[in-house]
Amino acid sequence: MKELVVVSGKGGTGKTSVVAALATQAGRLVLADCDVDAADLHLVLAPAVQQAHPFSGGKRARVLAETCTGCGTCEEVCRFDAVRRVAAGADGSQVAFAIDAVACEGCGVCVAFCPAGAIAFETVTNGEWYVSQTRCGPMVHACLGAGAENSGKLVTLVRQRARALAAEELIGLVLVDGPPGIGCPVIASLSGADAALIVAEPTAAGLHDFERIAALAAHFDVPAYLCANKWDLDPENAARLEGLAAERGLPCLGRVRYDHVFRRAQRQGRSVLEIGGDGAAEDLRTLWRNLEPLISASETALPVLGSTARA
Amino acid sequence: MQTRAAPLTVAVASGKGGTGKTTVATSLAMVAAGTGRPVCFFDADVEAPNGHLFLEPEIAREGPVRLLVPEVDADRCNGCGRCAELCQYGAIIAVGRRAIVLADLCHGCGGCALVCPERAIRDRPRPIGTVVEGRADTLAFVSGRLDIGQALAPPVIRAARRRLPRNTTVIVDAPPGTSCPAVHAVRGADVVVLVTEPTPFGLHDLELAVDMVRLLEIPIGVVVNRADGDSADVERYCRDQALPVLASLPEDRRVAEACARARLTVEALPEYGPAYLELWQRIEELAA
Repeated sequence: MKELVVVSGKGGTGKTSVVAALATQAGRLVLADCDVDAADLHLVLAPAVQQAHPFSGGKRARVLAETCTGCGTCEEVCRFDAVRRVAAGADGSQVAFAIDAVACEGCGVCVAFCPAGAIAFETVTNGEWYVSQTRCGPMVHACLGAGAENSGKLVTLVRQRARALAAEELIGLVLVDGPPGIGCPVIASLSGADAALIVAEPTAAGLHDFERIAALAAHFDVPAYLCANKWDLDPENAARLEGLAAERGLPCLGRVRYDHVFRRAQRQGRSVLEIGGDGAAEDLRTLWRNLEPLISASETALPVLGSTARA
Repeated sequence: MQTRAAPLTVAVASGKGGTGKTTVATSLAMVAAGTGRPVCFFDADVEAPNGHLFLEPEIAREGPVRLLVPEVDADRCNGCGRCAELCQYGAIIAVGRRAIVLADLCHGCGGCALVCPERAIRDRPRPIGTVVEGRADTLAFVSGRLDIGQALAPPVIRAARRRLPRNTTVIVDAPPGTSCPAVHAVRGADVVVLVTEPTPFGLHDLELAVDMVRLLEIPIGVVVNRADGDSADVERYCRDQALPVLASLPEDRRVAEACARARLTVEALPEYGPAYLELWQRIEELAA
């Protein structure tokens, strides 16, 4: 079983659209939407939810106003600017403290050090994860509440469940729709994956962020491949992008042209391949043709065309 | 035009990536600076900062961001495990008669050092990113950048925010998404401008972003970017939610091509100047 994670660095390069296009070409696969704070894959794949589970990203501190003595120890120890002074007492002339629930990172230090035991430390259910069926196969996905902490933890859970499902059903491929950026949810999506497909765009920002995500993949020893999306928007930059990839030993597996079919497909709740046509759909077929042999469920190590990716 | 007495902080955010936050924020900052007020562009998208590509600032100062991460003095540690009990992140664990730090998991809360009865734990600064400060013509510029391989964006955002000049209008370029990095970038703003595109992904993620900003109780305005004549769904949503649409910028390949070369929209295509000026004015009205 192989796990391929689709990432980008920069947002909006087309990860979800590419994942949907690959999913509608691949044989049996399990899908995982790891962009847990802005998940969109379900809008194309229309999953029928079979299991829903609550997720807790951690705890939150909450001052029990009636017990607070106003000593301010919580404010002293908090490293996350999450403690506010509030007016208290019958005439509002006394000082008490309250925790900003959005800023609170759930470290528990104020709870441990409050001399009056006036701070409750409560588990917060701030997300949900699902196991569903789609027309392409089983899908594990999630949503995280706004402002929630620990998206990395939820991402890890989604991946683990997707891999377990693939193992149970003897499915050879797990395809992961990753989040943008390079921080905690991306690290949680990438580390230990068999391969990463970097969807990049030929723009100054796209090239800049490609370098960062490529370096991250190398940092975690995940072999990576490039898909140059919207490549004809700027052929010179596209060539530069492929040059950067080549310097890192990353093969370019596909060049997908800028095509209004992406938007049309999205609006119809279908993948580009399902809409068809000769434009980007053809490019996405080529992408899959190049990708498939590299991630087929063989026991041998992944052959990486060219040299091993380096940081 | 009268300058508002108190300078505004405007956060440009979105749910979905790639809707045009940096494109809009950079041109908006230039136009706001053009009205004569002091303006600072704050690149808070520390995982993938792009503002510098468009603004090409001269950097005056660059400094490391350090997270205070514990270091255990093995001679003093008696393996009591109170540090591990307190830690919510699994970043310090008691193994045998020793406490071991897993620095990559540490959030820098300082709890273990405080709770250790043997005073065996000290906080050591660990570099996780950088903050740069500079100027691009009349615009002040502050940007954070997370080191590759580091997980935590919020401490870098907080460190960069501390370098912002006072009494200055700040345009914040926020990261995409709705979880903690986006929240940290947007917190404290007077107005949040949510940039969206008129597609199903754009609308879905806009709804999530609106939920996030409403938790912070900051007024919201929407910019529909890459509009193509089929914006009915997003416009209906904005009407239903009483969210003002501050601007609708058309799908324009020339803008895409200018962005591809990191050219400011208002410089490459001056005909967009009035639209951005009007956006700025409508932001001011929203904040008032």
